[in-house]
Amino acid sequence: MHPILGQPRRLPLYLLAWIPLGAILLYLLISLGGLTFIEGLALTVPLCLIYAFVCLSAWYSCRATPLETSGFWRLTLTHVTAAVLVSSAWVLMARRLAIALSNLDKFRGLDQRFPRIYPLLLGSGVLLYLLAVALCYVLLSDEASREAEKREVEARVLARESELKALKTQVNPHFIFNCLNSISALTSSDPAKAREMCVLLADFLRKTLGLGEKSLVPLCDELALTHSYLSVEQIRFGSRLKLEEKTEPGVMECLVPPLLLQPLVENAVAHGISNLTEGGWIHIDIRQRAPAGLSVQIENNFDPETPRRRGAGIGLKNVQQRLATSYGDRAAFHVQTDGDRFVVSLDLPAEKSE
Amino acid sequence: MNGDTGKKIRAIIVDDEDLARQVIREMLKSHPEVEITGECANGFEAVRVVAESKPDLLLLDIQMPKLDGFEVLELIDDNIAVIFVTAYDAHALRAFEVHAVDYLLKPFRAERFEVALEHAKQRIGRKVTPRPDELVASSRAPGQYVERIVVKDGPRVQIIPVSKLDYAEAQDDYVALASQGKKNLKQQTISSLEASLDPKNFVRIHRSYLVNLERVTRLEPYGKDSHLVILSDGTRLPVSRAGYARLRTFLDQQG
Repeated sequence: MHPILGQPRRLPLYLLAWIPLGAILLYLLISLGGLTFIEGLALTVPLCLIYAFVCLSAWYSCRATPLETSGFWRLTLTHVTAAVLVSSAWVLMARRLAIALSNLDKFRGLDQRFPRIYPLLLGSGVLLYLLAVALCYVLLSDEASREAEKREVEARVLARESELKALKTQVNPHFIFNCLNSISALTSSDPAKAREMCVLLADFLRKTLGLGEKSLVPLCDELALTHSYLSVEQIRFGSRLKLEEKTEPGVMECLVPPLLLQPLVENAVAHGISNLTEGGWIHIDIRQRAPAGLSVQIENNFDPETPRRRGAGIGLKNVQQRLATSYGDRAAFHVQTDGDRFVVSLDLPAEKSE
Repeated sequence: MNGDTGKKIRAIIVDDEDLARQVIREMLKSHPEVEITGECANGFEAVRVVAESKPDLLLLDIQMPKLDGFEVLELIDDNIAVIFVTAYDAHALRAFEVHAVDYLLKPFRAERFEVALEHAKQRIGRKVTPRPDELVASSRAPGQYVERIVVKDGPRVQIIPVSKLDYAEAQDDYVALASQGKKNLKQQTISSLEASLDPKNFVRIHRSYLVNLERVTRLEPYGKDSHLVILSDGTRLPVSRAGYARLRTFLDQQG
């Protein structure tokens, strides 16, 4: 697609740019060529109009010899040859015009004076064509950079989408293995409880898969997922896991990204409770924040002497990243340790579902 | 191989989850030759109970509160047969390098448990020569260093964060670890300790001394061609010629 002919908004601009060029040519024809103003104008206007369109052909030779890959000599040879050829054809055309005009009374003798302006026209023609070549290269590189930018944006969007998908459907495999081991223990000692744990685990997995496909879910769904996760862990840890939850009235209908709370609670279990011999606690506190937002705080105790395991904090980082991608500056994520207390606080905008 | 049939195998189960211990207990029920002499829910307890009851077999979880399975192994007698029981398959290689008898992945079948137990029976009664702590150090991935050192202090277990370690001194088969004005002895060679610590922070200044660079305040000439380092608490340690060269490069880098 030609960048000027193909775009209806660019063509008038391009032709407009020819007016000062035509004016310069006219001035040269009068001062150096010795033509009268009327003679110059009669030649310049049609010649420039024609040449404006002729110069558009430079695009094709420019595209055939890209700046990046063609050598200096090849570039020079191609464009200078083209310029001389095109310009010569243009001068011949000008001569025909001059002869035709000299038939009129007003322009009598123009054909005799034409040889004087011949080199002037040829030189201008070459220069104008080369100017068009330069313009075409500018347009070409502009197009290339725009294309690259577009590709980059597309790639980034794709990467983010697949990343989000991966984050959403991430279930810690060790959690499942440990659960299965607990079920295996219960099958002989307490078959009914083993069955219950199977159901709870299935429930959790189903909810994870279901929620992960949505972009926003009501907070009550997210809390239900968190509860079903905790009820599985409760069987594993027994009395070692204590949960306290405070939710302000009205927060349940707020829309939040799915799998926002559950990974934070899982983090609290994996790096808090599971390292404490006497067990630990998790406090969940969810409040409304004016005008339309939520403030979530998840707090747990942990053993400050246990070094952070490798892979610790991946769940936190995922949630932080997802908040940043979804809300940018409108969401805040803070992690704070205070003695043996670990606090994660989130502030995020949240609209209410109908 | 299991000649002394009259003697029971004494086993201890270490896992922080009650249900996980229950599976093992149940599978051992059909083995009257194995007697469960203790159950522990964390690493500290395991080290204490093992020291008291000197079992033949340890069924050991890896991820536990206080001390992990590998740290427990550093602090107990080498002649105990160890079966790791864990949900993590990432530690398997390391487990065999510290000469674990077997590595059970949760959940496991009764048949698989039998195989592990059979391996353990073959091991029990045989002396094992390599010391676990050397191997624990050698099995660490390159570029990965310990963050804390566990030491047995009588019946108690001391945890020394690496940042609180001032220096270490070799004493025969032991190293004395100086931290916050106290010294703790650990059965380990100074070379294996050196290998487990980040060389950016710890420098071997002498055949017998390893020093925490952050504690070094001054370097003084001493005698003809030896030197002394003065630590922030005033302790003076000898520096050998090779140690001086190593120390210089570090101090020069820091400016």
